[in-house]
Amino acid sequence: MKTATVETNRPSPRTVDLPTLLAVGWVLLMLFTALAAPLMAPYEITSIDLRHRLTPPVGFGGTMLHALGTDDLGRDVASRLFYSIRTSLLVAFGATAISVLVGTGIGFIAAYFRGLVEHALLLMIDVQASLPFLIVALAMLACFGNSLTLFVALMGLYGWERNARLARGLAITASAQGYASATRQLGAHPLRVYLRHILPNSAATLLVAATVTFPEIVLVESGLSFLGLGVQPPMTSLGVMVAAGREYITRASWMLLAPSLVIVITAVAVSVLGDWLRDKLDPTLK
Amino acid sequence: MTLLRLNNITRRFPLGSPLYGPRKYLVAVDGVSLDVEMGRTTGIVGESGCGKSTTGRIALGLEPPDSGGVLFQGFPLPRIDSKKWRAQRRQMQLVFQDTLAALDRRMTVSALIAEPLAIHGIGDSASREQRVAELLHGVGLGEDHGRLYPHQLSGGQRQRVVLARALAPKPSLLVCDEPVSALDLSVQAQIVNLLMDLQQELGIGLLFISHDLRVVRHVSDRIVVMYLGRVVEQGRADAIIDQPAHPYTQALVSAMPRLPGGFDHYVALPGEPPSPTDRPCGCPFHPRCPLARDVCRQSLPELLPLGPERQVACHVVRH
Repeated sequence: MKTATVETNRPSPRTVDLPTLLAVGWVLLMLFTALAAPLMAPYEITSIDLRHRLTPPVGFGGTMLHALGTDDLGRDVASRLFYSIRTSLLVAFGATAISVLVGTGIGFIAAYFRGLVEHALLLMIDVQASLPFLIVALAMLACFGNSLTLFVALMGLYGWERNARLARGLAITASAQGYASATRQLGAHPLRVYLRHILPNSAATLLVAATVTFPEIVLVESGLSFLGLGVQPPMTSLGVMVAAGREYITRASWMLLAPSLVIVITAVAVSVLGDWLRDKLDPTLK
Repeated sequence: MTLLRLNNITRRFPLGSPLYGPRKYLVAVDGVSLDVEMGRTTGIVGESGCGKSTTGRIALGLEPPDSGGVLFQGFPLPRIDSKKWRAQRRQMQLVFQDTLAALDRRMTVSALIAEPLAIHGIGDSASREQRVAELLHGVGLGEDHGRLYPHQLSGGQRQRVVLARALAPKPSLLVCDEPVSALDLSVQAQIVNLLMDLQQELGIGLLFISHDLRVVRHVSDRIVVMYLGRVVEQGRADAIIDQPAHPYTQALVSAMPRLPGGFDHYVALPGEPPSPTDRPCGCPFHPRCPLARDVCRQSLPELLPLGPERQVACHVVRH
């Protein structure tokens, strides 16, 4: 009976393909590294070993003493990388969460109230979209100084306007569609319609948008840290490491390559993971 | 006893921008009055665009009429989206045509049917579960269907789910807007018969909207025939079908397939129904009416009684 009524053409059960497995593996590895950085790091991130300045990694003439080599002050690249992943992931996850929550909230409010409220919110969105984020971020950091909390909150402003527009569009489409008006017709409170019906139905798209925002935030964070306005020393982040490695790119490229590779692979992995999650969350694709 | 009374309701939608020239209006419903009796069925027929769905939405209180009033159990409907309005939804429910759109595809059938119970706080979770099982059984589905998602059901099964969902809070009025038009003939018959059985059992008042005179005739006690937003004829179902008075009803009835005689007396209407934004003056039906006279082109016929329980809006037929 059950199989006879199923109308989808997709073969069930779907197996997880290799790129997704690799992506899941990488993201889990990153999370583990972020959590276990103090246990994994062989050295303090600030401990200087001047006798081993700019040692290359193992396999390029280096020794197991510093597996990923050292930087210009003889600090261990591997240790710094682990702590950088920790900082960058914290900033990126925190900021993505803020961006998606704020954006979705504002988008839904605009879609629910329509009229004047919607116009005001759309105006805010347009203003944000027309300002280069980096300039806004620089101005804010210059005004308010810098702390990690403030920095995460500021990064959370990145991309909210896109998420808001998306959420508004999704909510308007959904309320025009049958199920939202059908639920309203049943006597449901608008909050119920939005939280129980429109939000779950929009979640897949919003999630994919979040996986696009995530790597962008990693990049913006790296960019700001590169400019010296993001994460401040002695803390380190992937961007800080890239910035430091830039000057030694010809003599000690490992200083730059290690954090850059982590940024790129993490960004790709999160995108792949997002696609997989979207399919996973849709019962019509099962 | 009258459950629902529409009193001379009008609904018009503005067209275009108010800045350029005089504003035009699409008059969807123009002075419609009708009653739904408790435990009885009133059918609305008419071709698409005649305002029957808008009438249904106004009857349910989903949109306000521009003029005229709706009385439900003798009282006017509360303001739309107010707390009272939401609570009243329990009493009046809608059955949709597009069931795939009306059911949230992320919820299982059981969850969908239990939702109105949760919204109105009816029963605890155990009794809701039992009620869902009862309802599934009542509309001819098994408990296995409760675990499926809407897209895994056939059109007829989905319509049964929509019906179960509407019946869950035990409403006294059910508005069915083209409930069977998207289904094949054999499934149509099943759903219509199910609807009638449930009505008998539960004593619900039905407002049954369809373009299909055969179905409306089968379910209705009274029939209201609409043309271009106006009621042209209303009366007892058998009287309307057996002796249609208005020329439009005559044309509709003549186009109804039936066993003896076939299409012998088929009255073909010339032309298309006029646009509701640009109604002809006088009787809206006169450009297509075989009986039209001068008076029809000049003055709008009122809906006046013709025989017992029967009203017709036509200058010619009344004389």
